[in-house]
Amino acid sequence: MTREYFLKTPIEEEVVRKLRVGDTIYIDGLVITARDAAHKRAIDYYEAKKEVPVKFYGNVLYHCGPLVKKIDEKWEIVSAGPTTSTRMEYIEPRFIEIFRPRIIVGKGGMGEDTTSALHKYGAIYAAYPGGVGVLAARSIKKILGVEWLDLGIPEALWVLEVENFGPLTVAIDAHKNNLYLNIRESSYEKLKDITSI
Amino acid sequence: MKKKIIELIIELYRVAETKLPDDVISALRSAYEKESNRLAKSILSAILKNIELSEELNKPMCQDTGVPTFYLEVGEKFPIKHELRELIMEATRLATAKVPLRPNAVDPFTGNNTGDNTGRFIPYIHWDFVEGNNLKITLLPKGGGSENTVQLRMISPGLGLEGVKHAVIEAIYDAGGKPCPPVIVGIGIGGGSDIALSLAKKAILRPITERHRDRLVAKFESELLDYLNRLGIGPMGLGGDTTVLGVNIEYAHRHPASMPIGIVTQCWAARRASVTIDSRGNTRWISHREVDLYD
Repeated sequence: MTREYFLKTPIEEEVVRKLRVGDTIYIDGLVITARDAAHKRAIDYYEAKKEVPVKFYGNVLYHCGPLVKKIDEKWEIVSAGPTTSTRMEYIEPRFIEIFRPRIIVGKGGMGEDTTSALHKYGAIYAAYPGGVGVLAARSIKKILGVEWLDLGIPEALWVLEVENFGPLTVAIDAHKNNLYLNIRESSYEKLKDITSI
Repeated sequence: MKKKIIELIIELYRVAETKLPDDVISALRSAYEKESNRLAKSILSAILKNIELSEELNKPMCQDTGVPTFYLEVGEKFPIKHELRELIMEATRLATAKVPLRPNAVDPFTGNNTGDNTGRFIPYIHWDFVEGNNLKITLLPKGGGSENTVQLRMISPGLGLEGVKHAVIEAIYDAGGKPCPPVIVGIGIGGGSDIALSLAKKAILRPITERHRDRLVAKFESELLDYLNRLGIGPMGLGGDTTVLGVNIEYAHRHPASMPIGIVTQCWAARRASVTIDSRGNTRWISHREVDLYD
């Protein structure tokens, strides 16, 4: 049976600890985008004791480089689906340890190191269908700010207020269950059945 | 005429980014109908809803509007030839602001984004010269996620078609959920390494409802499609019956000692648009049944 949850940021650790892979969630509140370059700069700033201009703690980190348009000096989000999360795998465990986002939203899944970090710090990874950019943009109610635009529009930190952001699928829970790794294992068995080289 | 071509190319960008070709939409609808996995079905339903919204609101379906590649077939009697490169550059700059497109051209040394989708070799143009007085322009704006899972394999020719089959299945297994499945797989077999990859990319321009005209190749396409969907990777790598929507193969003759295989993954948002214009300026759309002109 599918379990559905409606969450509002900031989200407590005990709330996400209750979630299991396969659950569906919808989010209201604060979502901050960050891709490769922003992850790296955030960690560099932290280590150099420089201030990071946004607060991830208890909020949602979204692997996304939005398509935006500037109309009369005001930004508008046109399309904002997720980007491939594995590009951040090498840096995500450290990012989680320092900044403690409660939910990471992306696509394509993440590896074992991130799965362990999510377990250790009480957070989850939720999947949004890749390419579904217009639908995602509809749940963005307001752009609260943008930082680090010098990294380029896709790589900047976009601070967004969302309403009913979902359906998101819990794909890695806080108990080391990783839906992607399960599927990969069974696909590998099928691969061996199909070809013999 | 030059102004007309620039406007047509901007329109090509808009159509490609907001309307999927008919064959891709039908394949996604039928995948949704047939899918037995609950989660996979809900992902396919979100994809179909997004396609509708994109067309209705005239907004790019995916925030990654891709890196543009053009395929030109220039008729010998078509009045404009070498200036086409500059017209494509100019139309790309204008389309970036108008459609809009996400700026996706980054200098690999400095990390600087040009901001308008033009740059060194970008947009890339494939030139073909043909008889007649028409110009055919095909635009393939391809996203980064599905480009990152492309593979070139140089296998021992002795492994034959079984080796090709193995290479393709392993490449799609390696790709997992990363290229936004259900994907279209373009395969280039033979030639040298560059030819195999170039043919593989060209293969995804063919509608997935059309099989290769050579019966042997057509049969291999259908077999691979069946094998790949047995992997169970499913939409977005979260499991399900639909991993691949179509397999298109192109081939070239090869060196006796080489069997290059280019394997190109194309996300479900398989955006492409094709139009012809004759020397009088009359246009005809090829990839899309009907296009409502927009200004």
